[in-house]
Amino acid sequence: MDELLKILQNNALELPDNIARMLNIPVAEVQKKIAAYEAQGVIRGYQAILNEEQVDPEKVTAVIEVKVTPQREGGFDTIAQRISRFPEVRSAYLMSGTYDLLLFVEGRSLREVASFVSERLSPLEGVLSTSTHFMLKTYKRFGVLMHKESTDERLSVSP
Amino acid sequence: MNGSASLRNRLNTVVRDIPRSGIRDFFDIVTTMKDVISLGIGEPDFDTPWHVRESTVFALERGATHYTSNLGYLELRRALSTYVAKNFGAEYNPEDQILITVGVSEALDLALRALLNPGDEVLYHEPCYVSYRATILFANGVPLAVETRPHNGFRLTRAMLEAKVTPRTKVLMLNFPNNPTGAIMSRADLENIAAFAVERDLIVITDEIYGELTYDAPHQSIVSLPGLRERTIFLHGFSKAWAMTGFRLGYACGPAELIEAMMKIHQYTMLCASSLSQKAALEALIRPEQDVTEMVNEYRRRRNFLATAFADMGVECHRPLGAFYAFPSVAKFGLPAKEFALRLLADEKVAVVPGTAFGECGEGFVRCAYATNMDNIKEAMKRLKRFTAKLPVR
Repeated sequence: MDELLKILQNNALELPDNIARMLNIPVAEVQKKIAAYEAQGVIRGYQAILNEEQVDPEKVTAVIEVKVTPQREGGFDTIAQRISRFPEVRSAYLMSGTYDLLLFVEGRSLREVASFVSERLSPLEGVLSTSTHFMLKTYKRFGVLMHKESTDERLSVSP
Repeated sequence: MNGSASLRNRLNTVVRDIPRSGIRDFFDIVTTMKDVISLGIGEPDFDTPWHVRESTVFALERGATHYTSNLGYLELRRALSTYVAKNFGAEYNPEDQILITVGVSEALDLALRALLNPGDEVLYHEPCYVSYRATILFANGVPLAVETRPHNGFRLTRAMLEAKVTPRTKVLMLNFPNNPTGAIMSRADLENIAAFAVERDLIVITDEIYGELTYDAPHQSIVSLPGLRERTIFLHGFSKAWAMTGFRLGYACGPAELIEAMMKIHQYTMLCASSLSQKAALEALIRPEQDVTEMVNEYRRRRNFLATAFADMGVECHRPLGAFYAFPSVAKFGLPAKEFALRLLADEKVAVVPGTAFGECGEGFVRCAYATNMDNIKEAMKRLKRFTAKLPVR
């Protein structure tokens, strides 16, 4: 991976000026490369990684396994894209194995997620069955640990 | 017996007369202060890779808690043999040419004690790691320091060695990539040094603990040069490239006669290196590439950032090419290095190590370790800029 992307993936707020210093290239080149990545769609956006449990303890996240019938011409894409459009669906993946799609669905309550599954998702044409698992606790998201690690235990000066 | 003066008189005179490490003194001051950003730490800020830590727990559960062979687990020596051949260009027989030690520090001590008779001279270059001079003296050797300078990137030349060598010189010690300067040697540089060592029939001890950490050019080892393997003790360990300082694990590779002599001292004083640390090291070697590459890339970004920051504030700093230290010159501010460091600490709460901790010729320099995260480096450079702007330039 381009080191520039690595830096941004680690900290999207890093200033172009600092990135230029780290990579030993001109600032203008950093800005040009970022703009190009955005234009190509390599960079799709910039989001904060939240500890959701702190922000909204009532919020419910469900992981839903969905079996679907692939459609003529569109294959899995047509049905998967249709499902992905629901704002409740935060992530959607096509999977190998015993089911086809894996969805991460968020709602304000258990009831809200349940009604999404029973009233929106299941009745869709092409959806054969669903299996819903509720998330209990988050330990790590997007490579970031949600519990505080112990502080630096190194001596403050060493040879 | 009456009081501490008489106890002091009973001490071995060599031990009594060697001062404590300058780093230790500085550490004592820094620990009394709060919220200090430390660029004084000579160890990686990365955690030991999780697979290494996890496998150490597993080894503990499995009961790897006993003495190992004096030389160390054969399995580990085999893995090291392969690793050293691939990365440093010299082949060693795991049966009798590799010794696992408690860090490179022990390996260095063993090598010197195995080689030196009282009065034998050891050539080494300064600024250097804090222990070299003391370790030579403890082994009853005579230290001959050769000064390296920033004008050629703190590299060692044959001419510098020629100026100091005498018929009593037995050993040449090398440490590249270098702590504290970040200097490295090219193959051509090493060829000159190697020719000198052969001509003078010197034993070479090369401490390559930072061998994996180079940023612009790959590391070259003197053991890979023709004829050098037979007269060289190669020292390395896991502290830096795998962030395993607390595991205290190093190793020495060399001709069987030398390893056997070192093993005798090790056998009677240390018995063996920690069994758990050896298991951890083996795990580190099984999947090394990704761990190390990631760290090197991050250090390179920090190095680049630091180099530009020093240039911005008008502080001269030769470009560090390896290890994780920058060694800028603060001579133009007219303060002794220790005074500079103390005032920087008092005024801006940034800890750097005075160059004098690494030898007299370190006067006028400070060591800034970039083994700390980018946020700390940015903040430290901001404060250093503010601090140096206030100082009159001599």
